[in-house]
Amino acid sequence: MARAATTTDAFNAVAEPRRRQILDVLARGERPVNDLVERLGLDQPQVSKHLRVLRTVGLVEAREEGRQRIYRLNGRPLKPIHDWLARYERTWSERFDRLDEVLEDLKREEEGDGNGDQ
Amino acid sequence: METVTSSGKASVTLPTDTQILITREFDAPRHMLFRAFTEPELIKRWWSGERGKVTSVEVDLRVGGRWRYVMVADRRFEVAFHGTYREIVPDERIVSTELYEGAPGATEDDATVNTTTFADAGGRTKMTTLVECHRKEIRDAIIASGMEGGMQEAMDKLEVVARSLR
Repeated sequence: MARAATTTDAFNAVAEPRRRQILDVLARGERPVNDLVERLGLDQPQVSKHLRVLRTVGLVEAREEGRQRIYRLNGRPLKPIHDWLARYERTWSERFDRLDEVLEDLKREEEGDGNGDQ
Repeated sequence: METVTSSGKASVTLPTDTQILITREFDAPRHMLFRAFTEPELIKRWWSGERGKVTSVEVDLRVGGRWRYVMVADRRFEVAFHGTYREIVPDERIVSTELYEGAPGATEDDATVNTTTFADAGGRTKMTTLVECHRKEIRDAIIASGMEGGMQEAMDKLEVVARSLR
């Protein structure tokens, strides 16, 4: 399987813990770079490098405000992952709902037929 | 069926780049969960969920033994999974590999290692299945394969996802 370059793939972009941390911070509201540098305890070049990757895949957007550059989260590229999780979760929920029924039958079986609990 | 699901919904998270974690609580003791996960006639009743009908379940329940489940989805296509049991602790824990047979070019090396544990939870049972992939690419491929249907759940709470990827 070909590995997508980090810069073109949202999955890979969020694989880096620091980048997920940046997304977490931005999920609470937009922030200037300095703020991110402070919260993450990294130096500015490192933060800028991560932000560049996140911008390339569209996970963050930037705007200028005076001399500051303000970053904000754009969750849309994560939607496929979110959609997949939602669907996977539903598949399992449907399975487990059936499993509940199997378990009810096992309870009746193990309690014996004398227990008319139904 | 009208039963109120007191047990709740399955929860799925991605704890690391190579893992998928599924948890769910059941209103039954552990040994019943273990039976439902290991007896073919019982597996047949729940494994396909609402997506089709289970047509074959083979279980050789011993370390090194193989399992294979087949279902027909939407009366159209067959979906089969198989694997090998690595660890079996009755009523407590099952470790087995799992490989989707339909994945193009997949080899046994691409199988995930699934650890299912059953824990007491005050008269109920908490089930946890940790799916571990050898490489992140396999986890991503599993995710990608699930997206082919092009489903469009209109849920835009994407920040939640960003956090769950932690």
